[in-house]
Amino acid sequence: MSEIKSYAHIKNNQVLVNGEVVFQSDSSLALTEFLSEAYKALSVSYPKFHKMDAQCKLGFLCTEFALKGTNFLTENDLSKTAIVLSNAASSLETDRVHQHSIDDKSNYFPSPAVFVYTLPNITIGELAIKHKITGENAFFVSSQLDANLLVNYTQTLFQNGTEAAIIGWVEVDGDNFEGFIFLVQNTENINKNSIFKPLNETSVITIYNQNKWTH
Amino acid sequence: MDALIEKLKGQIIEQLNLAEVKPEEINPDSPLFGEGLGLDSIDALELIVLLEKHYGIKIQDPKDGKTIFQSLRTMAEYIKSQGKS
Repeated sequence: MSEIKSYAHIKNNQVLVNGEVVFQSDSSLALTEFLSEAYKALSVSYPKFHKMDAQCKLGFLCTEFALKGTNFLTENDLSKTAIVLSNAASSLETDRVHQHSIDDKSNYFPSPAVFVYTLPNITIGELAIKHKITGENAFFVSSQLDANLLVNYTQTLFQNGTEAAIIGWVEVDGDNFEGFIFLVQNTENINKNSIFKPLNETSVITIYNQNKWTH
Repeated sequence: MDALIEKLKGQIIEQLNLAEVKPEEINPDSPLFGEGLGLDSIDALELIVLLEKHYGIKIQDPKDGKTIFQSLRTMAEYIKSQGKS
């Protein structure tokens, strides 16, 4: 059996962990400024963060907030920890930045540091590098959060040697952004009184909707 | 040379998004890769773009990069040697 141990949800310039607001900024802040403020609030030092594109920053922050205060990384074998992410826009936002850099043939300076992020699964790579996670990984593109797909795919992984997983939705498209990450791990017996939820579609939809947004 | 090194510090911080690095923290003689600034292979490509964009210098042979990008000072010396500072 597997349980959802912790989750983080970022949108509307707010960060919620397990349903409670842990950080919020002025709702008028643009995405890049909000991400920068949230990074400062996290109190971690990871200079590579500043090199990431917005989608990776969002995925990184959402995962860090979900991990904070948990023993997820020390309790689990990171070679048997999977990362399964999804979104609707793929890497469209960074694709646009790259396109803009090559539009003008007289000022043609495509940036390798931008181009390297023109794939959505780079977000998985950034998480894997940061935490030395070497298990299975997959990135799905769907029009909206598909809890059924994420749960079924992850349960298949759990039947084949995976013992823990970082799962979620990391979407950036223009000014619209949303990160939703939940941590899942194997457990011997699910205690009915546990505060943790069993991994199934209903649980994922419940925690996705169970948030106390203040704006 | 010192003015060029200071200019390069600002350009490198901006181009490589080294948001947590201050210009005064960069030793012009420290290695840019590995230790020192700890740059990676993508940063190397960005430095090549930086030379072309800001100084009009195209590195023809990628092997030259190892010498040119050894440190900030070697980079500045190379730009000077090309008459582009």
